[in-house]
Amino acid sequence: MNAPDPRETFRGEAQDLLEKLEEALLDLGETPDEHDLIDTAFRALHTLKGSGSMFGFERLAAFTHHVETAFDKVRKGEIAPSRDLITVTLAAQDCMRRLIESPDQDAGDEGEILARLQTVVAVAPGAKPAAAALEEVPAEDGTATYRIRFRLGPQALLTGNDPVRLIEELRALGESTVVAIDDEVPSFETLDPTVCRVRWDVILTTSAPRSAIDDVFLFVLDDMELDVVRVEADEQPRRLGEILVERGDAAPETIAEALGRQHPLGRLLVESGKTSENQVLSALAEQNHVRKEAEIAKATAKGQDTIKVTAERLDGLMDRVGELVIAQARLKQLSGQIDDIALKAVAEEIERLVSELRDTTMSIRLVPIGSLFARFRRMVHDLARDLGKEVRLTTEGEETELDKTVIERLADPMVHLIRNAIDHGVEGPEKRAQAGKPAEGHLHLSARHSGAEVLISIRDDGKGLDSARIRARAEENGLIAPGARLSDADLFQYIFAPGFSTAAEVTSVSGRGVGMDVVKRTIESLRGAIDITSTPGRGAEVTLRLPLTLAIIDGLLVRVGRGRYVIPLSAVEECVELSADDDTRSRGRNFLNIRGELVPFLRLREMFNAIDPPDPYQKVVVVSTGERRVGLVVDQVIGDHQTVIKSLSKLHADVNSFSGATILGDGSVALILDVGHLVAAGQTFDQTRRAS
Amino acid sequence: MPNDTSPDTATAAAGAQIIPHPTKRASFEALTFGIASEIFALDAGIVREILDIVTVTEVPGAQPFVGGLLNVRGKVVPLADLRIKFGMDRTETTVDTRIIVVEIELGGEAVIIGLLADKVFEVTEITGASIEEAPEIGMNWPREYIKGIGKRGADFIIIPNISRIFAVN
Repeated sequence: MNAPDPRETFRGEAQDLLEKLEEALLDLGETPDEHDLIDTAFRALHTLKGSGSMFGFERLAAFTHHVETAFDKVRKGEIAPSRDLITVTLAAQDCMRRLIESPDQDAGDEGEILARLQTVVAVAPGAKPAAAALEEVPAEDGTATYRIRFRLGPQALLTGNDPVRLIEELRALGESTVVAIDDEVPSFETLDPTVCRVRWDVILTTSAPRSAIDDVFLFVLDDMELDVVRVEADEQPRRLGEILVERGDAAPETIAEALGRQHPLGRLLVESGKTSENQVLSALAEQNHVRKEAEIAKATAKGQDTIKVTAERLDGLMDRVGELVIAQARLKQLSGQIDDIALKAVAEEIERLVSELRDTTMSIRLVPIGSLFARFRRMVHDLARDLGKEVRLTTEGEETELDKTVIERLADPMVHLIRNAIDHGVEGPEKRAQAGKPAEGHLHLSARHSGAEVLISIRDDGKGLDSARIRARAEENGLIAPGARLSDADLFQYIFAPGFSTAAEVTSVSGRGVGMDVVKRTIESLRGAIDITSTPGRGAEVTLRLPLTLAIIDGLLVRVGRGRYVIPLSAVEECVELSADDDTRSRGRNFLNIRGELVPFLRLREMFNAIDPPDPYQKVVVVSTGERRVGLVVDQVIGDHQTVIKSLSKLHADVNSFSGATILGDGSVALILDVGHLVAAGQTFDQTRRAS
Repeated sequence: MPNDTSPDTATAAAGAQIIPHPTKRASFEALTFGIASEIFALDAGIVREILDIVTVTEVPGAQPFVGGLLNVRGKVVPLADLRIKFGMDRTETTVDTRIIVVEIELGGEAVIIGLLADKVFEVTEITGASIEEAPEIGMNWPREYIKGIGKRGADFIIIPNISRIFAVN
């Protein structure tokens, strides 16, 4: 296996950093006072610059340096993270993305963005990014442990410095353990209360940079002893002796000697008079502190123990599991034929394991939808700004999991729906004020599980859908008969018809009538459905109903001639027998009377050119395609079948009566019917037959 | 798959590429198989495995050339019948009938296809010198599907242009 290209690795990391940066910036737009966010943004910029220049992305490093400088000012509180600054930084982030993708090409607007940035903050140009990259930054997880030992000058108390205040400041930086060492404090009789004789050892775990510690001592630095050392939080907490030696509080020989006596080391050292009791206590405190921090770090690490795996490998795993399922089905069949209890036991054991393995494998492919929602924040921000509207985006149920493929394919339809909601749904601030609504519109994205489906809804508090206008346009386009009685829910479905638009004017964002039919087609191809509800003046809600996974469906296995086919169970309404009367009579007409309702049927034998003699009693599987019920005449209904879907190759792209294929227990292949397309094909089939 | 136009490059994949010049052809490892009374040769590099005949599922409405599907180790793979592209008569399935599973590139994607063969002979080297361009007359088969005609002793070996046969589809 080849070593991965380091530049590709950097690209992958940079992608994550850019996402972090964008998230922090957008959050910052809402809560400008949040210091953590400023730090996150700064860290992301800093790392981008540093590793960018390390991997030869010089332009990126140089460009990012300026943005980082600006953010350093924000971090130091010199400037506020204004809306303008965030907008410019977002633009700069796009620019960085381009510089990462094509490092040798001019991003085009680098200069312009930097100029804008300069107007927002007066940035001094001409700094050297490479040198700056060496600055010390906190560890990636943001925390570091320091051992701070300090002693104030003898005059410190006289000049008004309060050690307690300094310690309080240090404690404010993070988790700390403070030990005072009063070895040098003379006895009470000789004590001069104006002279500070106490030393302090502070063990501090902080996410603040090292410079923050120096800042605490900024005003006393001239007259004091200060020693700040970073303590590595090792896996194995260090022993007391090691700490004392490292600090120079005890010689290694002393430790070895004390250890040789096999008594608690601290007590022995104190007894020997070579190390003071306080020094030992302080070292013990450090040991405890580091141990505690290490445990916390370990616990957090465990919680997020993740590895990245390419989707390709997951697909490969799913394929293998699919093969295993099929092999297992054969084993089961064989063990049924051979009367052997031991074999049966093994077969059952394997069946259980395989089904568990299949569930686990499918669950690996599930990813939370939050990653998708996060992408829309930027879009909503930009779109609202471009349209002169104020829109607040809230999300809910980010943790809801869906198949990775479904999430990827959902992105486009959701973009269309969100654009529509902001462009057509949410009104401008004045109109909203007239309607007595807050100037800021509200867009809410939510996801939740409901049975075997995931519901994703896009809700706005805009003006809602205009059902009269949709009706008028549908009549105009000949989609419905004038005056036809339709429920709102049915009427709203027409907005998904190709070329259907009620927008009076076409904007750059939407209104061309393309897009919504794409939404519908994509959702249908994911075997999902779309519901729309709307309250005039109060807003609309579009709900996408999607199956949990694309890889497996429940199907009804039927036989037509010699071929076996799977009908998706979700489309099946009922199965009835085709009576001999109907069978013979139906040479002239192809429909059934099911409880007073007229149901047309298609003979799959004819459509699939089955040549063997038909079964004496034909069955009709009644399926629904949207509002229509159609019967499919088959030779035999075999039963339900858990169907692992395999897509058809490009060589069969012209065959659209089938949505895929699956492998049956005996190893043969069965086709999965695409009910919608099949019915459409049936209509053409009937027409050509009538014509001939 | 890149169309290598350099005549000196003798790659293993040469059989799947357009052979550049009639005078200088690359030799290649080939799998020879029989359809009707003809001998065909495929670049051995694209062959994944050879299977005995298995249950083939018909795909109603598909082109007869790729009218079936089969299960190859858990993958659903289309079965192609070269006889239809070459206008040959269908032959009955015999004990010798085999399915040659090949992997080719189709529109930038690797696709696995089963090819129906009446008989599989051997893997052999076809020397570049023995390959000639398909003659313009004296052949009932579509010329664009043939990359060249090789000779082995008294036999002629047809080297089909697999990527073109499937690309047209």
